[in-house]
Amino acid sequence: MSHPTIGNRLVKNVTVQSMRDRPNCLTSGHRACQGCGEALGARCVLDAAYAATGGKIAVVNATGCLEVFSCVYPENSWQVPWLHSLFGNAPAVATGVAAAFKQQGKSDVRIIAQGGDGALSDIGMGCLSGMFERNDDVLCVCYDNQAYMNTGVQRSGATPAFARTATTLPTGNYLGNDAQTGKNLPKIAMAHEIPYVATASIGNIHDLEEKVTKAIHIRGAKYLHVHVPCPLGWGYSPSDTIKIARAAVQCGLFPLFEMERGKIMKSTPIKDPVKVDDYLKSQRRFAHLFGKSASPEALAALQDIADNNIRDYALAENANG
Amino acid sequence: MDKSMDKPFATVLGPATSLSNKTGSWRTMRPEYINMLPPCNATCPAGENIQQWLSFAQEGKFREAWDVMVKDNPFPAIMGRICYHTCEKVCNRNQFDGAVNINLLERSIGDIAIANGWQFKPVLETKKKILIIGGGPSGLSAAYFLRKLGYGVTIYESNIKLGGMMRYGVPRYRLPGNIMDTEIRRIIDLGVNVVCDRRVRSVRDEIRGFDATYIAVGAYRAAKTSAEIADGANVIDAVDFFRKLEDAPLGLPNFGKKVVVYGGGNTAVDAARTVLRLGAESVKIVYRRTINNLSAHDTEIHDALSEGIEVMCLRTISAVNNGKVLLNVMNYDEENDVLSKTDKTDWLPADSVIFAIGQSLDEGILKEMPEISVSEQGVIEIDKNMMTGAKGIFAGGDVIMGKRTVTHAIGGGKKAAKCIDAYLRGQEPVANVKNQTAAFKRLNMTYFSHNPRIDVSRLGDISFEEKDISYSDLKIVAEASRCFSCGNCFHCDNCYGYCPDNAIKKHQDGSLEINLDYCKGCGICVAECPCGAMKMTLDE
Ligand SMILES: Cc1cc2nc3c(=O)[nH]c(=O)nc-3n(C[C@H](O)[C@H](O)[C@H](O)COP(=O)(O)OP(=O)(O)OC[C@H]3O[C@@H](n4cnc5c(N)ncnc54)[C@H](O)[C@@H]3O)c2cc1C
Ligand SMILES: Cc1ncc(C[n+]2csc(CCOP(=O)(O)OP(=O)(O)O)c2C)c(N)n1
Ligand code: SF4
Ligand code: SF4
Ligand SMILES: [Mg+2]
Repeated sequence: MSHPTIGNRLVKNVTVQSMRDRPNCLTSGHRACQGCGEALGARCVLDAAYAATGGKIAVVNATGCLEVFSCVYPENSWQVPWLHSLFGNAPAVATGVAAAFKQQGKSDVRIIAQGGDGALSDIGMGCLSGMFERNDDVLCVCYDNQAYMNTGVQRSGATPAFARTATTLPTGNYLGNDAQTGKNLPKIAMAHEIPYVATASIGNIHDLEEKVTKAIHIRGAKYLHVHVPCPLGWGYSPSDTIKIARAAVQCGLFPLFEMERGKIMKSTPIKDPVKVDDYLKSQRRFAHLFGKSASPEALAALQDIADNNIRDYALAENANG
Repeated sequence: MDKSMDKPFATVLGPATSLSNKTGSWRTMRPEYINMLPPCNATCPAGENIQQWLSFAQEGKFREAWDVMVKDNPFPAIMGRICYHTCEKVCNRNQFDGAVNINLLERSIGDIAIANGWQFKPVLETKKKILIIGGGPSGLSAAYFLRKLGYGVTIYESNIKLGGMMRYGVPRYRLPGNIMDTEIRRIIDLGVNVVCDRRVRSVRDEIRGFDATYIAVGAYRAAKTSAEIADGANVIDAVDFFRKLEDAPLGLPNFGKKVVVYGGGNTAVDAARTVLRLGAESVKIVYRRTINNLSAHDTEIHDALSEGIEVMCLRTISAVNNGKVLLNVMNYDEENDVLSKTDKTDWLPADSVIFAIGQSLDEGILKEMPEISVSEQGVIEIDKNMMTGAKGIFAGGDVIMGKRTVTHAIGGGKKAAKCIDAYLRGQEPVANVKNQTAAFKRLNMTYFSHNPRIDVSRLGDISFEEKDISYSDLKIVAEASRCFSCGNCFHCDNCYGYCPDNAIKKHQDGSLEINLDYCKGCGICVAECPCGAMKMTLDE
């Protein structure tokens, strides 16, 4: 099946998300925008980890939308032990939490550090790299919505080339975020040769749950990078969150893969390919690349990124056999 | 809602969760579960709920599937063989990788019912009595539905066996007698009073003692040909041909080696294929228009051609002599459907000719009943509730205006039963609420993978034996699983799994409900519904 449904009455409980008694680690009443990909991504990741460990997880959250929309005093949406400290230190705090549990002989409790792309690729990169280097027993999950959404859509190290953000407004010859800038966090994680690095998308929940389930039991440092579209920051209708998440994968701009100890182990071939242009056109943050001031060079550069991904990660449908 | 009490591990949250923040207040549009009419259901002349029985078949619940079928059609095994399945033409899966093989699934499940001896549930008696004139599919269908409503039903049938054109038309290699007999018997076993070999000569004389009457005598009078037929020429009309074949095969003429069949409908094709099975060496169908205009069903034409039957188009038979027929070449203006005879002629050797140029109602039975009008086209006129001009006398099937197929006849019988029931209770029949049809563009193809239709050729040896092509249980499940479930929830859980606000409740039985306390109205659930069974509406 190419893109199976989340569940199906014909196949019992194929995903945690289809289970009637799924944990809902992030419960209702949170203040995420309509159609927020990050809220969905966090629930899917934590529910899968919860299901895989019998509920023995503890979560450390960086500052960002995910934290702000989920705990507004005196309310809190988290149904798991959950801790927030600062914007940049979640991986380090998680290291401490893991050490504390270990000290108590409770190494069955699995620790997750989570945050946005800003928190992890920019301000918290040092803490993250240290956590990787020490191979601490933590799963770090980055919810990548490709900008600093919580403070009003500023550019981050994960903002794609040519995207418009509040700090990369296209004007004159400037076409938005510079190409060739930014950081590829999964590759940076891979360079640390930690036991497990993977990418996932909320457009493919089966794949996401599989990766979480696998990662959560691995001892040592793990990194999961989840693509989570943001209707507000990217400029699209909230109903299209899944469609856009799926298209990012299908056009090659967001490859799905797994790496172990610095090597690519597996990638998910693209079914039903989508044109890069169509993916870009669906979001206002790329609108300046089309129409009057259209830039064929910019589009070609983005197409190149997708083509390179398809080649480097062997994403063409027949590539993986 | 609050799960803090059954958490296995250190969770202490309880009061002051965000559940007290009812985000439903943000919403301007709300999602809604809807049931749309799948195109197959919309098109089925018997009004079957195809999508629903396919959904049971997918789960291997064949009895449940059959129960759904017979709610609308008492003849699954028959229809699974001889219905022209317009449902498949409109199946949304045509626009993906080929229609669901609805017809063969119906046949396969109908056969399972026969093998297991499944019966209809007995019914209670009411005092009212209804007369049905004609024991073809329409009369039998009306009898079934009326019996289920508890009415006493009597059928008068002029032939010695029930079945109408299913028996005295459709050949046995397409519909074996035992299959037909079993499905008819099931209806009779509901306690229908059947009088065969009882020709009604005048409706007026028969209706006394009955509270209502249903006329379903079909179209049994063969149309007369204008061709000049020489004395002693070997000709027979199709109606006569099939009746003799069934009841008195010895009465059939010797057709000789070369047989010509005249006509372009299913009857002509059936007659041609039948006479081939009786031993004819060459069978030619002569038809006035072009091959694309043949009104016979495509698969029938295909099967006939594969068996070596030839179709001679743009010809009319002007005369039949001993051993040959005179053909005139026709001119056909396809755009305006205008036919004209040219002077060009041709002799064609023919030991015998079967005329299959149409049948009409035998109006004789309506004499002394001026209230019942017969239209110019020779069909009985009825009102929207299927009643003729005479109070309490209804008509349907081939005797009224409309498509002449077994399926329409069955649908007519069903509707007539409903109308008769309403009439006898002094009420208007309850109109069917028809939901909007679920078009292909409402479906989200992301969630379906290509999976070709399991096709099986019906074409067997040239004999009166039917080819056994019914699916195995496994194949039933596989083919039924191809259904998109157009416009009706199939519990894929996409809405439940994708909602960022957990605003969809999944109940014990798998059914789903929007929790409007928390739904922010983003519309993801609607966008990701594979089968178009949700929609956004303005919030009040
Ligand atoms: C050769 C042939 C092949 C066909 N193949 C197909 C097919 O594959 N699929 C399909 O859907 N349709 C097919 N049809 C059409 C289909 O058979 C008819 O549309 C259908 O049978 C009509 O049903 P009915 O009940 O209205 O009439 P009929 O089937 O004609 O039944 C009428 C009944 O009334 C009886 N009757 C007539 N007059 C009297 C009277 N005065 N008193 C008492 N009883 C009387 C008749 O004996 C008969 O039993 C075919 C028709 C023919 C001729
Ligand atoms: C040290 C520090 N600098 C700046 C901020 C302000 N701030 C809060 S959230 C945020 C952006 C978060 O972006 P990201 O990590 O990508 O998460 P998102 O909101 O996009 O999910 C910023 C800049 C802060 N809280 N702390
Ligand atoms: S896919 Fe299923 S519900 Fe849709 S038209 Fe075809 S058979 Fe009917
Ligand atoms: S996905 Fe959830 S929040 Fe969005 S419209 Fe559907 S029920 Fe409401
Ligand atoms: Mg971000």
